[in-house]
Amino acid sequence: MSPLQTRSGLALSVALVSAAALAYQLLLMRLLGIVHWYPFAAMIVSLALLGHGISGTVLAVWGSAARRRFLPLFSACAAGFALSAALCFAVAQRVPFNGLELVWNPGQVLRLALLYLLLSVPFLFAATCIGLALIARDAQIARLYAADLVGAGIGAAAAIGLMLALSLADGLRVVTLSGFAAAGLVWLEAPRPRRALALVLLGAAVAWLWPAEWLTPQVNAFKGLSKALLVENTRVIAERSSPLGLLDVIESPSVPLRHVPGLSLTTTMEPAPQLGMFTDGDDLGVITAWDGSASPALDYLGATTSALPFALVSSPRVLVLGAGAGADVLQALQLGARAVVAVDLNPQRVALARETFADFAGHLYSDPRVRVVIADARGYLRANAETFDLIEFPPADSLAGAGAGVQAAADSFLYTVEALREAHARLGDRGVLAITRWESGPPRASLKLFATAVAALRAQGVVDPGRHLAAIRSWNTSTLLLTRRTLDAEDTARIAAFCDRLAFDPVHYPGLAADSANRYNIVTTPWLYQGAQALLGPDPAQYVRDYKFAIAPATDDRPFFHNFFRWRTLPELWRLRGAGAAALLDSGYLMLAAALAQAVPLALVLVLVPLLALRRAAPLRGQWRTAAYFLALGLAFLFVELALLSRFTLFIGSPLLAATVVLGTLLVFAGVGSAASPFVRARHPIGLAATALAIALPLVDGVVLPVLFANAAAWALVPKALVSAATLAPLAVVMGMPFPLGLAHLAQTAPGFVPWAWGINGCASVISALLAVLIAIDFGYGSVIFAAAALYAFAAMLGWTMGGRSS
Amino acid sequence: MNPTRRRFVQLVVMIAGLGIAITSAAGDEEAHFVSERAAMVKDIATLARFTGSDSGRSVFDARVMSVLNRVPRHRFVPEDELGSAYANRPLSIGYGQTISQPYIVALMTDLLDLRPGHRVLEIGTGSGYQAAILAELVQQVYSIEIVAPLAEQARARLAALGYANIEVRNADGYYGWPEQAPFDAIVVTAAAGSIPPPLIQQLKTGGRLVIPVGSQFFTQTLMLVEKRDDGKLVTRELMPVAFVPLTGRH
Repeated sequence: MSPLQTRSGLALSVALVSAAALAYQLLLMRLLGIVHWYPFAAMIVSLALLGHGISGTVLAVWGSAARRRFLPLFSACAAGFALSAALCFAVAQRVPFNGLELVWNPGQVLRLALLYLLLSVPFLFAATCIGLALIARDAQIARLYAADLVGAGIGAAAAIGLMLALSLADGLRVVTLSGFAAAGLVWLEAPRPRRALALVLLGAAVAWLWPAEWLTPQVNAFKGLSKALLVENTRVIAERSSPLGLLDVIESPSVPLRHVPGLSLTTTMEPAPQLGMFTDGDDLGVITAWDGSASPALDYLGATTSALPFALVSSPRVLVLGAGAGADVLQALQLGARAVVAVDLNPQRVALARETFADFAGHLYSDPRVRVVIADARGYLRANAETFDLIEFPPADSLAGAGAGVQAAADSFLYTVEALREAHARLGDRGVLAITRWESGPPRASLKLFATAVAALRAQGVVDPGRHLAAIRSWNTSTLLLTRRTLDAEDTARIAAFCDRLAFDPVHYPGLAADSANRYNIVTTPWLYQGAQALLGPDPAQYVRDYKFAIAPATDDRPFFHNFFRWRTLPELWRLRGAGAAALLDSGYLMLAAALAQAVPLALVLVLVPLLALRRAAPLRGQWRTAAYFLALGLAFLFVELALLSRFTLFIGSPLLAATVVLGTLLVFAGVGSAASPFVRARHPIGLAATALAIALPLVDGVVLPVLFANAAAWALVPKALVSAATLAPLAVVMGMPFPLGLAHLAQTAPGFVPWAWGINGCASVISALLAVLIAIDFGYGSVIFAAAALYAFAAMLGWTMGGRSS
Repeated sequence: MNPTRRRFVQLVVMIAGLGIAITSAAGDEEAHFVSERAAMVKDIATLARFTGSDSGRSVFDARVMSVLNRVPRHRFVPEDELGSAYANRPLSIGYGQTISQPYIVALMTDLLDLRPGHRVLEIGTGSGYQAAILAELVQQVYSIEIVAPLAEQARARLAALGYANIEVRNADGYYGWPEQAPFDAIVVTAAAGSIPPPLIQQLKTGGRLVIPVGSQFFTQTLMLVEKRDDGKLVTRELMPVAFVPLTGRH
């Protein structure tokens, strides 16, 4: 076998392990998001990645022994990853962790720790493989690290492809098979083709033999789907899975579903038969039985707060964003819409409503008045110049989300000042924008939405926003209207009559008197009414500052509509937790902070322990400078990755495509940069690449991206994806250089410390992912980029002092 | 005494001894729960004082408090949660259901303004704890549970505890219990997305209905629906927490 072939065997194995580990990470987010809730999944997976840091510690302490038996150890670790990836998930989903009980029961914290420690095992194996390769074949560091990055980039794209094509369980089988394939391929270096073949076959056998019930996520008992299925004769009649979510359609013949959010208490009608559609076991939407025409049996659809806009517009052209199973589309038709454009991101959801259950739904999505568009809601708003008489936004959150506040850290580009401005620009002269959401006191989301609407109107040049806004509330929902024209006396009379007829309370309309705002659903203090007044008053900023929740408008730079957390409110809420104040804690932000509070000390231990062992063997001069260099790089890389992911998700307008393009391009081209790094190293000092990044990043984010986004906003998806990749690629090439440059230098000057640097890099990326989101929530993604630039500048400074070009 | 007989006597003595040991241990356990229960009631009283401004009740009805001090909550929680039976927090009882936080149970019960002659409907029996509290205060409780095994367990548990004035039915709560309507009070213990119209119809004029809003582990607000003498509905939204979302200046 030629040297080229043997070296390719190892690089291929490294790439495979790396691809499988990244695919596993993304699969795990989905799997745990279904079993638990997404924020818990994010917390568990980010902490499980500490396995990478542990691998650095293990290799630093035992690395010298490992070097001698490289091939069998690499192979064993790859196989260890393959086996543990599936097994650890199977065990983890049997741990009775209940995230909702976290504030009440300290025992849940231990279960959470158990979960992330358990799931760190596969990442430990995978990272040990790659770390071993970097130590044992240190002459090829640049090449192997390139394989690692390219593999990760391919893994990210492959994971999305796997989730589109296969079930999640089969996705895990592919991960198992890939791990074994890597364990086999590395023997081509020996060369041992027979051993290679045997391991690949073994992998195929194991992957095939995993029992499906081990690998299939079981929705936890507290989610809507599980509870619905406890009811007699209720069963799942269709299930679909994709990276956008697991969809379950249920029928409940004995105890009918009666899901009509915001239904007036004055209504005595029983809703028409419904099929339930759950996303990831929660977030119920319904398909309503329909005969294809307006019917008195559906009159109740006019008795919800979301029916308010239909009192102001007659036979409107309606845009329903996030149309889902179709409830709002049906309501629009029932209330006289002459045309409806229904936009939903998830093609499977649309197909279930339009095809699978078309007969039940009365062919709602094939009605001549209805046009269905599969697109991201914000992307659709940006890409089309069509105008509408009514634009309906989807509910800003689910009932479960409203209760637990756990969505806080998930960004959403639909409830930002910029989004409302774009929607406002799509309204016809008499057009109305409507947003209905679950309501609970004391108001947070509703006030934030109101503040966002006021800011959007002001930014559009409206002098008196109060004359363009109306809001009403029922006992558990509220509806906000934003109008293109000023609301006149006839409009306000209609709103008042609508409220009186259905026993809803107005929150705001021009000329609303205080004593008319709290008559039907009486609240001790009408915070919403007062808040709306204050936000329209002379000093809204003062009110926002004094409010105990974060209600400042969300923007595209800080797209965290669901985060209301303020540190200064925490002590008061904590003191009141016995009376249930925990419901007011926005745990999403707190969980990030808590995860960081665990990651930092764990990372410190993982970094310091091997240092003690290493120093005994051969002390390194400038060890802290070395540590700081790799720490800064580890932090900066993920800062850039996450900030750019957010930027391009908004630009491309399809979250899946954006994730594929951004992660794929950044990682693959960083791999190219790593492969090219020896040439740079031969001619230039180590600090050069980091210096370039420190200068380039603010320019890219501050100048290049805004110009690109402004000019290409209306392009189709594919050209957008291509231009995104082309913009990211050169940046990524440079981003791939500083780490292998530093590592190669270290391998030459103090080879024993290579695994230490590997571990620091791993720990840093865990901290980085958590810190980036916290910075983005508090200061915006622009600040994340700026922080990354500062970190690269710091690394550059250290790099320049590390010594220059190698001989 | 022949050997067989002697062995028999030994056996009897042993069993008796064991029995005494067990009873006294159980007695200790009961005493332990009694003191925990008293502490729980004290906790609730403190919270009530603390949050009175917003819930509208700074002191709960003495009868409600005395019933809370009497009903053995530990008999309603699963084995593995026994240690937390009297902790002021919701506990999981299986089937994705919970037994509500004692403070919320107290507040909801208090809000109903119950009289001894009242007939009360409960939607969502769960463990049966809320039904037991109600049964101590009123003439008759009708309770509906949709999950069959929970209904069965609650029925057996309440019977074992000697509650003769509770009827548990495994059914859809939407339609209420028309045969026994109207009711002086209705309590919906599961957080729901809407209030079924039949329940409102089955509420007497002047009657009260209470329903929690939020998720199972976090009650954000309590809805109190009053059917006024003219038949009109007034709903009131009460926070279990005394929390003013604005700092002093406004």
